[in-house]
Amino acid sequence: MKTIVAFLILIAFFTNFGKSQTTIPVYNFDQLEPLLHQRNDTVYLINFWATWCAPCRKELPDIEKIGEKYSREKFKVILVSLDMSETINSTLIPFLKKNNIRSQVIVLDDPDSNRWIDKVDSLWGGSIPATLVYRNDEKIFIEKQVDFNYLDSVLTLKFFKP
Amino acid sequence: MKKLFVFTFMIFSYLGSSAQVKVGDVAPTFNLKNVDGKMVSLDDYRSQKGVIVIFTCNHCPYAKAYEDRIIALDKQYKPKGFPVVAINPNDVSIVPEDSYENMQVRAKEKGFTFPYLYDATQAVANAYGAERTPHVFLLKKSGDKFEVAYIGAIDDNYKDASAVKTRYVEQAIEAILAGKKPEPSTTKAIGCTVKRK
Repeated sequence: MKTIVAFLILIAFFTNFGKSQTTIPVYNFDQLEPLLHQRNDTVYLINFWATWCAPCRKELPDIEKIGEKYSREKFKVILVSLDMSETINSTLIPFLKKNNIRSQVIVLDDPDSNRWIDKVDSLWGGSIPATLVYRNDEKIFIEKQVDFNYLDSVLTLKFFKP
Repeated sequence: MKKLFVFTFMIFSYLGSSAQVKVGDVAPTFNLKNVDGKMVSLDDYRSQKGVIVIFTCNHCPYAKAYEDRIIALDKQYKPKGFPVVAINPNDVSIVPEDSYENMQVRAKEKGFTFPYLYDATQAVANAYGAERTPHVFLLKKSGDKFEVAYIGAIDDNYKDASAVKTRYVEQAIEAILAGKKPEPSTTKAIGCTVKRK
């Protein structure tokens, strides 16, 4: 019996190992919320997006570039995907691989969005892409497609003053 | 200094999206082409108690997830004086899937029981301040005009119709029919942006 269990565990391990090593955490809003209110000296860029959202796909490479440019600063990008959790393996992970996305990705699976949209920002109407940049109480919220120059200005002028 | 000015300007241009009508405002009128080729105007509904105006489209997964529920709403509330009018506000050059021809295809495939109008210039979406699809503006008749009575989501679960707890639009119509004010009168929901030129 023990050997069978050990064997099954081994099988499970190897099948998992052979596949993608990317695992994407799936959070409800209560689990995500602490990440929107971290109190330290890091600037967090939280981008709400989905693979099916064309303007999101368009801005993502620029967000990645920003992540690279500020990689020596206290700066962290978190991509909060609103893709349906059922499509993580079929759509999200292949998309992230294909586009070589290095930022941290979390899936937010919490359909009662009226409950939590205001908790992200009261200005948010609910459309994506939407981007929150914050450090402690300093905060900027943008409910539109962003680009490299815009984010660069926000970061240099507001958060990383020369 | 110049940099700061440019930055401030950029912030404002980003935040300066179109203003939305508010609950209690007179509903902006419209006259748009339906998938059957005929024009449909808000004035055509003067004999109704209200209209469920829904900005929606062909391509958005959230809009697709609600198609059956929009049909159900129309079937349930048209006899009670609150028919659905769906409006696609997306610019076709940005989303080819949301073209007028594709609207015709989609309406036929799904068997839409309500008009599906094309707001090609986004003039109506701008007048209402529709920000996403789907985005509901529930109108109620008030004198010889329509008044906005509820703005927001259809219900509280886009993903799973069977897991819905609160049906915001139904609840709002029932409140109006009972002579009360909808509560909540506004809700928010995740959706696709209206694709403006």
